[in-house]
Amino acid sequence: MKIRYLVLAVIIFSVISLFIGVTDISPLSLFNLSEEQQQVLLVSRIPRLISIVIAGASMSIVGLIMQQLSRNKFVSPTTAGTMDSARLGILVSMMVFTSAAPFQKMLVSFAFALAGTFIFMKILDKIKFKDAIFIPLVGLMFGNIISSVSMFFAYQNDLIQNMSSWMQGDFSMIMSGNYEMMYVSIPGLILAYIFANKFTIAGMGEDFSKNLGLNYRQVVNLGLSISALVTSSVVLTVGVIPFLGLIIPNIVTIYQGDHLKNTLAHTALLGAVFVLFCDIIGRIVIYPYEIPISLTVGVIGSGIFIYLLLRRKKYGL
Amino acid sequence: MVDLKNVFKAYNNKPVIEDVSLTIDKGTITSFIGPNGAGKSTLISMISRLIAKDNGDITIDGKDIFQAKNNDLAKKISILKQSNAINLKLTVRELVSFGRFPYSQGKLTKEDWGKVDEAIEYMELQDMQDKFLEELSGGQRQRAHIAMVIAQDTEYILLDEPLNNLDMRASTQIMKTLRKLVDEMSKTILIVIHDINFASCYSDNIVALKDGKVMKQGRACDVIDKCVLKDLYDMDIDIKEIDNRRICVYY
Repeated sequence: MKIRYLVLAVIIFSVISLFIGVTDISPLSLFNLSEEQQQVLLVSRIPRLISIVIAGASMSIVGLIMQQLSRNKFVSPTTAGTMDSARLGILVSMMVFTSAAPFQKMLVSFAFALAGTFIFMKILDKIKFKDAIFIPLVGLMFGNIISSVSMFFAYQNDLIQNMSSWMQGDFSMIMSGNYEMMYVSIPGLILAYIFANKFTIAGMGEDFSKNLGLNYRQVVNLGLSISALVTSSVVLTVGVIPFLGLIIPNIVTIYQGDHLKNTLAHTALLGAVFVLFCDIIGRIVIYPYEIPISLTVGVIGSGIFIYLLLRRKKYGL
Repeated sequence: MVDLKNVFKAYNNKPVIEDVSLTIDKGTITSFIGPNGAGKSTLISMISRLIAKDNGDITIDGKDIFQAKNNDLAKKISILKQSNAINLKLTVRELVSFGRFPYSQGKLTKEDWGKVDEAIEYMELQDMQDKFLEELSGGQRQRAHIAMVIAQDTEYILLDEPLNNLDMRASTQIMKTLRKLVDEMSKTILIVIHDINFASCYSDNIVALKDGKVMKQGRACDVIDKCVLKDLYDMDIDIKEIDNRRICVYY
């Protein structure tokens, strides 16, 4: 797949995304919009588009980095406890600082996501049985344990309603003023690009890295920190988007190999295209109502995931 | 010159290397032989600073390897562990280009790419340089890894069982290349090897290890000796001289 087709797809879907919705805005009337139409475009549609693109691209790249560093194709923020830990962090910040600013929530959530991911990596070190499927199962169990802890405290503090908004990814609430936290992901992605070579070398193991004079621990820590940062910012603004970090990098690997220098741009673009597509579907299926993104991504994503699992021998995953 | 003085290493209080002292000359192939569990891999991993020593000194050209900077050492000494562990989908060329990492930190210059091309040519991998590693045979993959080490361009090259799972043709090809690297490019090579006949035919010096101790070290012809090998492997090994080569018959 050529990169320019992906760019083209992002542009086409972005345009479609901007002009779908209850308020009728057509591309032809772009230059003579009414006051109300202008407001809808600036306050809701454009922020929504930006957050979709950032969430899709950054969650896919985070998945790619985590797979590289854990040397397992099925590890991602959803299957390593990162998302569940980020959510626990949001809950804790709501309990401790009752009126936490988004930035405070984000910091606490980041700390939890980071700690959760490190614990998972430690568990990974201890496991002797390194089967490709077994490890993400351990991650899912670990994530569910953390989730049940969150649930327990949420029940006790009457925060269940609040919690569920982070359980399900949803772009319909995105408006200018509440999505800007997403921009935190962008420096993370730039760092990922700068360190692409080092992540690939670290993906070949500690001995291999040491032989080439690479500080393995430092690179792994940086990669996990980027993952935790991006995940917590996305969970806080949009909610949990399942499968994204799992399937997008695997699809790209099939045709592009594993060298991060070659896969980063493809992964980011394909992630954005995929989420844009799922969001558009979610917005037109029961128009004028909406299906949350976590549902559409979940349905389409799990289908792709099962397909990948069944064909993994063929693709060498 | 690689120098080991009274090196000790234990895992869980169980000694695996006991009081090993060695000197390895420049421009030679030195083979480490011995039964399973003798500590060969541990020793070679310590010389390449992959695992820490408990006691003793390991120096390369007079410099302590555990004091040296990681990146400086990566230009001096390279190690190839058993290569089946890599499960990334990389092309041969991408793998070989990683050999230049210590020099360029990932931003390869024209000169770096020149070295990559040279290494690929040296290992006769031009035809398959854009293939993914997983598409290659075991022998081809091993050659790709050695090409990476050549691109890394270190004076000292350490290989841990480079002939593992290779057929005779691939094994001979690898050993001939290693010999060429020493004779033409004056590298110093240390290998852990199980096949004593390959050790006998291709190395200058042999170190025989048993139970973590050096049993015998010296020129290949001195170590490939009936009495030494009997002590080493606890079995009778007949040694025949064929075309000036000492061949062990133990089947």
